[in-house]
Amino acid sequence: MNATETAPCADVAPEYGHESENYLHQHTIKSWLLTTDHKRIGILYLLSIIFFFAIAAFAAAIMRLELLTPAGDLVHSDTYNKLFTIHGVLMVWFFLIPSIPAVLGNFVIPMMIGARDVAFPKLNLLSWYLFMMGGACALYSILVGGVDTGWTFYTPYSSTYSNSHVVSMAAGIFIAGFGSILTGLNFIVTVHTMRAPGLTWFRLPLFIWSLYATSLILVLATPILAITLGLMAVERLWGIGIFNPHVGGDPVLFQHLFWFYSHPAVYIMILPGMGVVSEVITCFSRKQMFGYAYVAFASLAIAFIGFLVWGHHMFVAGQSVYAGLFFSLLSFLVAIPSGIKVFNWTATLYKGSISFETPMLYSLAFIGLFSLGGLTGLFLATLSVDVHLTDTYFIVAHFHYIMVGGMVTGFMAGLHYWWPKISGRMYPEKAGQLAALVTFIGFNLTFFPQFVLGYLGMPRRYHAYPPEFQIYNVLSTAGASVLGVGYLLPVIYLIWSLKHGKIAERNPWKATGLEWKTSSPPPVHNFEETPVVGEGPYNYPRLDHEDLEHA
Amino acid sequence: MPEVRPALAEQFDSLEQQHEAATLGIWTFLATEVLFFGGLFTAYVVYRFLYPQAFAEASHHTNLLYGTVNTAVLLTSSLTMALAVQAAQEGRNRALVRCLAATIVLGIGFLLVKGLEYREHFAHHLVPGAQFALTAKPKTELFFWLYFTMTGLHGIHVLAGIGVLSVLAFMSSRLNFSSEYYTPVEMGGLYWHFVDIVWVFLYPLLYLINRHL
Repeated sequence: MNATETAPCADVAPEYGHESENYLHQHTIKSWLLTTDHKRIGILYLLSIIFFFAIAAFAAAIMRLELLTPAGDLVHSDTYNKLFTIHGVLMVWFFLIPSIPAVLGNFVIPMMIGARDVAFPKLNLLSWYLFMMGGACALYSILVGGVDTGWTFYTPYSSTYSNSHVVSMAAGIFIAGFGSILTGLNFIVTVHTMRAPGLTWFRLPLFIWSLYATSLILVLATPILAITLGLMAVERLWGIGIFNPHVGGDPVLFQHLFWFYSHPAVYIMILPGMGVVSEVITCFSRKQMFGYAYVAFASLAIAFIGFLVWGHHMFVAGQSVYAGLFFSLLSFLVAIPSGIKVFNWTATLYKGSISFETPMLYSLAFIGLFSLGGLTGLFLATLSVDVHLTDTYFIVAHFHYIMVGGMVTGFMAGLHYWWPKISGRMYPEKAGQLAALVTFIGFNLTFFPQFVLGYLGMPRRYHAYPPEFQIYNVLSTAGASVLGVGYLLPVIYLIWSLKHGKIAERNPWKATGLEWKTSSPPPVHNFEETPVVGEGPYNYPRLDHEDLEHA
Repeated sequence: MPEVRPALAEQFDSLEQQHEAATLGIWTFLATEVLFFGGLFTAYVVYRFLYPQAFAEASHHTNLLYGTVNTAVLLTSSLTMALAVQAAQEGRNRALVRCLAATIVLGIGFLLVKGLEYREHFAHHLVPGAQFALTAKPKTELFFWLYFTMTGLHGIHVLAGIGVLSVLAFMSSRLNFSSEYYTPVEMGGLYWHFVDIVWVFLYPLLYLINRHL
């Protein structure tokens, strides 16, 4: 197209300048269910994932209660199997994967890049509906009796022997999976084509980089999960299939395909958290990100290497030793980009003007907990050590440090950081800091004893255990109660703040970034006029604490 | 005849930007589709490698005639689709409608031939399960399980493609696409070519390898 053709398009562009009403101005149910506004869709996701989180957390609470005593006296072993399956399935697919991408990503990505919306707003709404349809299938499976395979659906148990509602649960994950694929697709296209004038790739906030990497994984890995669960379900319905040893099928092939998705999926459950932390650390230490380009490329490197390490889930599953060696080596490589991130965050803090608002507390917790989770991952990437630790509580502790200590903490950091933008109100700072502290203590008390338990040899997924393990289990259950309080507090004070919180100004943190240049809450089309970007991100002037407090 | 107005959605600044977004979107979607089929192709490669004789034996029981005819039909449909896109690009609306109609007819023809082939397989008890005819030759059942799953999934994609093309044909029979705005035709075309390419891989894998005439 030449210039004469493009010029009139400026007139075609809708008049959004006079739209000063904020995005929450309509109140009808219909205005929510048929919205194509990325901010409202973010809110829809927020409410939905909190609902699923509550169910999954309840399942965890019953499990921790059962494990208070060595005997299996609270629930039957079958019920226990269903509890950990509910917990795993809902937490992974219906809470963690959509948590930061679909809630915070949806809300802030278009604003961060100076766009009016994502590239395909209707598709964005469709993603939410697919997610909810998948969720409905999962809830149906739970209500009619549950599933006892664990979240991994290993064959031939899932395809042949399990007497539970495997197919409807797999269907739920399949459908919700297409929702995440479309979300990923939307983000990729949005970041490529919708950036404001002057906003080059290396001026993008690191949150965008990390969500871009996440979206690549969503788009390229999720279809493998879909086809794998599909094949498993067909095998279960048809009574014959490619994972069935009776006809020469190989059950380990299921594990290969499953982990080809699920290992990258683990990085869907950490990269977005890293993105939030990069935003928060720079803001609350008033400094430029140390080694910006390295942190940006580390996200892509984690996404890329993530596709090559799936075999480390199968060291004891009958995979060849030589394959095991390579997967072990490649798994160690993941530590390099992860290390780059942790060191660069630390270097950013160095000599910064640090203040400890709630998002910062959560982000600092993230760095510590993620480091511990990551380093114990190296234990598990070591072939010989893994043989000892496979299927013990060491694994459980390791991935909870990443997924809960990392991702959920990152989600809380982001939710508090952008809460003024989302709601137009400030949350009560002291309550927020208290909740961050309680969460940190509760989390460590819950999961640190599990490292010890696993090292001592307690296997996961049993409802009863030898009495000598009781002390660690009691500590863990006590920690879980504290953690529960830590998660309940924000629910209470954030709801309270909607009515009684201090009115938030445009940029309460004095942060850089385009999302802070528009009002809180933002107008329907985000900006009064399209912003033009002339500088890189995190261009923080040196500030003294007094300045920040007077701001 | 009224023109399809190049409707600029409100999130975009220019038609160029909108076109770029649509193109990147469809390619990203096709990448997802490649991976979706990729799981099945991986399974095929694994078992072909494990049981080469059984797979060679079983593939003799597929119908080469039907398979070859279908390959020709689908490749021709890709030609008519490409012509449709070109017609849209040049604003020749009647040619566009005719080419889309031809593509749809060829797509339906493909499914009909596939249906005849399936019927023959049922008659010869080649469907995996209790009635399976080749039980004397172990692992051949795996081949046919993969055969039905792969061609079945492909068939569903052909059906979806026919649906997409029908919508496009309906749109262009009532309104004119113009050389300035024909993005939907172009996107539909890319999807149809993808479905075609999948078959280009399925045909040799399921019908040709190790088949000495």
